[in-house]
Amino acid sequence: MKIHDVVIIGGGIIGTSIAREMSRYRIKIALMEKEEELAFGVSKSNSGIIHPGTQNDPSSLKGKLCVRGNAMVREISKELGIDLKEVGELIIAFSEEEKTRLLALKKDADILGVPGTSIVDNVWLKKNEPNLNEAAVAALYAPTAGIISPYRYVYDLAENAACNGVEINVDTEVLDIVRNSKKRDKYRFEIVTSKGTFRANYIINAAGLFADEIASMVGIEDIKISPRKGEEFILDKKKEHLTEHLLFPLPSKKSKGILVTRTSDGNPMIGPTAVDIDDKYDISTSDEGFEEVIRSAQRLMPSINEGDIISYFAGLRPACGDDFIIRYEDDLPGFINVAGIQSPGLTAAPAVAEMVLNILKTKGFRPMRKLFFHKHRKRTIHLFDVTFKETKRLIEKDSEYGDIVCRCEMVSAKEIRDAIKRGASTMDGIKFRTRAQAGRCHGSFCTCRLLEILKEETKKSATDITKRGPGSEIVKGVKGE
Amino acid sequence: MNERDLVIVGGGPAGMAAAISAYENGIRDILVLERDQFLGGILNQCIHTGFGLEYFDEVLTGPEYADRFEKKIRGISGIEIRLRSFVVDLTENKVITYLMPGKIETVKARALIMATGCREKTREMVHIAGTRPAGIFSAGLAQKLINIEGLLPGKEIVIVGSGDIGLIMARRFILEGAKVKAVIEVQNESRGLLRNMIQCIEDFEVPIYFRHKVSKIIGRDRVEKVEIAELDGGPGGKIISKKVIECDTVLMSVGLIPENELIEMAGVRLDKNTNSPISDETNKTSIPGLFVCGNAFKVYDIVDTVSKDSVEAGRMAAKHLGIKDEG
Repeated sequence: MKIHDVVIIGGGIIGTSIAREMSRYRIKIALMEKEEELAFGVSKSNSGIIHPGTQNDPSSLKGKLCVRGNAMVREISKELGIDLKEVGELIIAFSEEEKTRLLALKKDADILGVPGTSIVDNVWLKKNEPNLNEAAVAALYAPTAGIISPYRYVYDLAENAACNGVEINVDTEVLDIVRNSKKRDKYRFEIVTSKGTFRANYIINAAGLFADEIASMVGIEDIKISPRKGEEFILDKKKEHLTEHLLFPLPSKKSKGILVTRTSDGNPMIGPTAVDIDDKYDISTSDEGFEEVIRSAQRLMPSINEGDIISYFAGLRPACGDDFIIRYEDDLPGFINVAGIQSPGLTAAPAVAEMVLNILKTKGFRPMRKLFFHKHRKRTIHLFDVTFKETKRLIEKDSEYGDIVCRCEMVSAKEIRDAIKRGASTMDGIKFRTRAQAGRCHGSFCTCRLLEILKEETKKSATDITKRGPGSEIVKGVKGE
Repeated sequence: MNERDLVIVGGGPAGMAAAISAYENGIRDILVLERDQFLGGILNQCIHTGFGLEYFDEVLTGPEYADRFEKKIRGISGIEIRLRSFVVDLTENKVITYLMPGKIETVKARALIMATGCREKTREMVHIAGTRPAGIFSAGLAQKLINIEGLLPGKEIVIVGSGDIGLIMARRFILEGAKVKAVIEVQNESRGLLRNMIQCIEDFEVPIYFRHKVSKIIGRDRVEKVEIAELDGGPGGKIISKKVIECDTVLMSVGLIPENELIEMAGVRLDKNTNSPISDETNKTSIPGLFVCGNAFKVYDIVDTVSKDSVEAGRMAAKHLGIKDEG
């Protein structure tokens, strides 16, 4: 049986960031994801904000890794060919008392080394953010805030990691981990999964909501993940220029509050709520959440109208105490926990990966760098973000770029086929990669075509095609049977 | 730039009727752009009867109704039809950019008729809380899956809203052996045609709940049940009681919206509530020579009226081009 140097458990932003970082070395790495596709856990409902690091305690890991990650993601996004829109953020104060709190936030940001922050007054705000509530008195401006597509980021990291030799296993659930006590064997752990047993010398637990269950398999009981639900509401792209910056109220102890932001594709987004729940699978939205988000968003931007909402979803933050837990288990050599990575986890991810590697290096892990690391990835083509001139060139190269499948978001058959070849096997996987079904009609018009293309490319029958894995089959049967 | 006397976007019932009428009113250079691989639009999936009573004084199925127009339009050499042609851009000057497999083309229209139809409102537009599992379909998508693709979307169905497509799909599902557990309508009465209420709901004894809304969709991977709430007096009323219905499928039939994103791109003003062009006369828009007909102008109850009003659009285009009425 093959022995891996490193097994990474979890195929979200943390697992794939670590996988890519480690793929610079001459080691055998396998990544396991229990869901049908990568990014189907916590990462899929991330709001996509690259935080500057302005709302964190200067002594926290969150704060330090956020600032470091923010600096790193600029280079990474270029290497991966993924858009990072640097829009800047404003934390808004509505009273003199709140303004005092802005000064405290700025002080923390300065200690952390957040670049370029400043306090702006209401004259500046009126000029630069005209739809903002006029009652705003001042704001903390942080220019390094940005937006990225969270799932496309994960897919691109994973693709680049795979190109550098990482073995990516989806639909592979870790069922048990057994310590190997035989000294003569060159591995420390046996990882029993739904797809067979793996052997590895190091295990990195980046299992998100389920990090506590993985840790518990090796007897670590002090990690307890408490899901904290956040509901987000997406507005029509027609309102794209509602805000220029990402708008935050002052943060509370529990969260950064209800924001007015934008997705990487240009839809304004309002949310998220922050409610502690018990069920790790409960991603339902509620009427109460809707009310809370609308009310709070309107406080920042009174012109927001509930009729502009075209979509909504909920996600779960894998909270575990107040800070990230990134810990080598000295009592269990070779095992490292990366848990409780909630916001600003997406931003911090590359710095988390760097930190994990550095910790391992202090614990006797001495991998050799590869002579050649493929750091660049060819940019994914989306018709919706190229000019007509470029579209013409693409269609001349491949006629299927002229065959539009998703009319609301302008996605061609060629892009759908490419997404499937790059790993999409479900309807949601196609949606996250291409935006097909993510527009106004929510797939009413393109579902049949997508089923057809998925059938052709994956050789599955229509009844086996799912929304996001087994149990979520799109249709219940063939007519007449 | 390639210039045409009349370009029609959409080859469904509205586009075909407008094209034939434009030709009959003297326009000899007509281009019809249809994004699908067939003419006929949504009629192709409407295999039930009830079409043509007013226009042809006969009872036809959807495909038969479309076929009458298609036969006629195919016989007119002055009408060029381009299928699988997807318009991606429209300017105020009526310059149209469209994609086809293998090419991208630009054409300037001296007169333009938009016959782009409508789309169905989604679950998101009526803000139903709960989860987002597989098994939630617009009624029209379910119709296409059954009638065109030969697939059965689900076996235990709850229909939200009593629009005509929803009522027709209730009967369609029953005929395919599925169980329709409820139709949930927030209003005091059906939004659909009386004949559909009788033939699709009453005749099959489908339970229909008026003054009720679906308050929650439940299910992790696939729809498992819905929670419905009775509202005091109908829409906006206080919740009197709640009840859970087990099902594997939710069909949305809560209304239609004109598809007018292209003309909006060109600067035509739209009504914020209906998405119809703001206009004081049927088929006209704020841009001279740019007409909108059929369900893109406003959502009609029956296709016969779509055809009738689209004939009018063809006549208006001829008038705009200064062609004298031959009749």
